[in-house]
Amino acid sequence: MANPQMVMYDEEFKLINGVIEKLLRESNSKVIFLVDKNGQLISGVGDTERFDTTSLASLTAGNIAATGGLAKLIGEKEFSILFHEGEKDNLHISIVGGRVILVVLFDSRSSLGLVRLRVKKASEELTAIFGRLMQKAEEKEKSGDSDFPFAEITDDDIDNLFR
Amino acid sequence: MSFINYASREINCKIVYYGPGLCGKTTNLQYVYQKTAPEAKGKMISLATETERTLFFDFLPLALGEIRGFKTRFHLYTVPGQVFYDASRKLILKGVDGVVFVADSQEERMDANIESIENLRINLQEQGYDLDKLPYVVQYNKRDLPSVVPVEELRRELNFTGVPDFEACATTGEGVFETLKAIAKLILIDLKKGK
Repeated sequence: MANPQMVMYDEEFKLINGVIEKLLRESNSKVIFLVDKNGQLISGVGDTERFDTTSLASLTAGNIAATGGLAKLIGEKEFSILFHEGEKDNLHISIVGGRVILVVLFDSRSSLGLVRLRVKKASEELTAIFGRLMQKAEEKEKSGDSDFPFAEITDDDIDNLFR
Repeated sequence: MSFINYASREINCKIVYYGPGLCGKTTNLQYVYQKTAPEAKGKMISLATETERTLFFDFLPLALGEIRGFKTRFHLYTVPGQVFYDASRKLILKGVDGVVFVADSQEERMDANIESIENLRINLQEQGYDLDKLPYVVQYNKRDLPSVVPVEELRRELNFTGVPDFEACATTGEGVFETLKAIAKLILIDLKKGK
C-alpha cells in the first residue's frame, strides 16, 4: 500500500516534542504543529489553545495535497516549502522526511529568514526520528510483537461506541 | 491510513463520502454534525463555492468514545462530486480508511452514479487501493423523491459485490447514522485484523 500505517510511541513522541519545542524557542515563533500528510495532527507546541488544531491539521494537509498536485502538473515532485504571509501572522509550512508536515506560525517578532534557517536544522532531526519510528513499527509488525490495542476488540466494544 | 498514537492513546481514521454531484454527501455530514453532541464533534469545515457546491472538501471530526482505553476519532470527508473536479477528488482519497458511496436514487441520475462509482474505483487504484479490499458501504439516498429507481435495481447496478447498503433521506436524516455506523464498524474490524 502507498502509505503504511502511522504509529506513534511514547519514546519518539517525547523526542519529537523536544525538537519542536526547541524550534519554537530558537525561531521565536508562536505555535508549531506536526501533521500527518493524511490530515491527522501528530503534535503541537506553543500557544495551541488558541487554535482549532483538528481543523488546522486537516486544512494544512489539504493545502499540501493541492500544491503537490500543482507541482506534478508542472513536472515537479512536490513543493517542499509553502509560505503564507498575513497582516500579522505568517505560516511557514514544510514537508519533513517525505510524509510529515511541519507548520510554524510566527509574527513580526521573528522573520522568514530565521524560521527557514531553524526549520532546516529541525527537519533533519525530525526526519531521523520519523525514520526510526517507521522502522520500529515495521519490525514490530514483522516479529508479530504487536501490542496493538484493537487485536482483542469485540463486537460489543464496537457497538458500545454507538450507544 | 489510520494513525495510532500510543503516546496520547488515540486512534484516528479517515472516512470519505464519495458520489456524483448533488447526491447529498455534504447533506449527510451536515446531518451528522447537527445531531452529534457538542463534546463529540469538532468544527465542520466546508470549502465550497458561492453557490454552496463543494469545491475541495467538507471535513467533520468526530470523537466517538473509547475502546480499550483508546480514544476513537473519525475524520469524515466529502469529495467534490462534479466531474471536472477529479484532480481534487484524488487528493482527498489519500490515506482513506473507509469509503461511503452515496448514490442518487433518482432515475435520471443513474448514469451519473455509475460514472462516479467507476471513477472511485480508478482513483483508488491510482493511490494503490483496491475498493474490494477496503471497508466500503453504499447508501441509496433521496428515497423520498417521486422518481426513484427500485432498490433491487440500484443494488444490481451499483452494489454487485454485495457490500452493506442502506436506504436514506439525508435531508431528514433517515439512514444517515446507520450508514456511518456501518462504515465505522467495518473500519474497526479491519483494524482488528491488524492489516
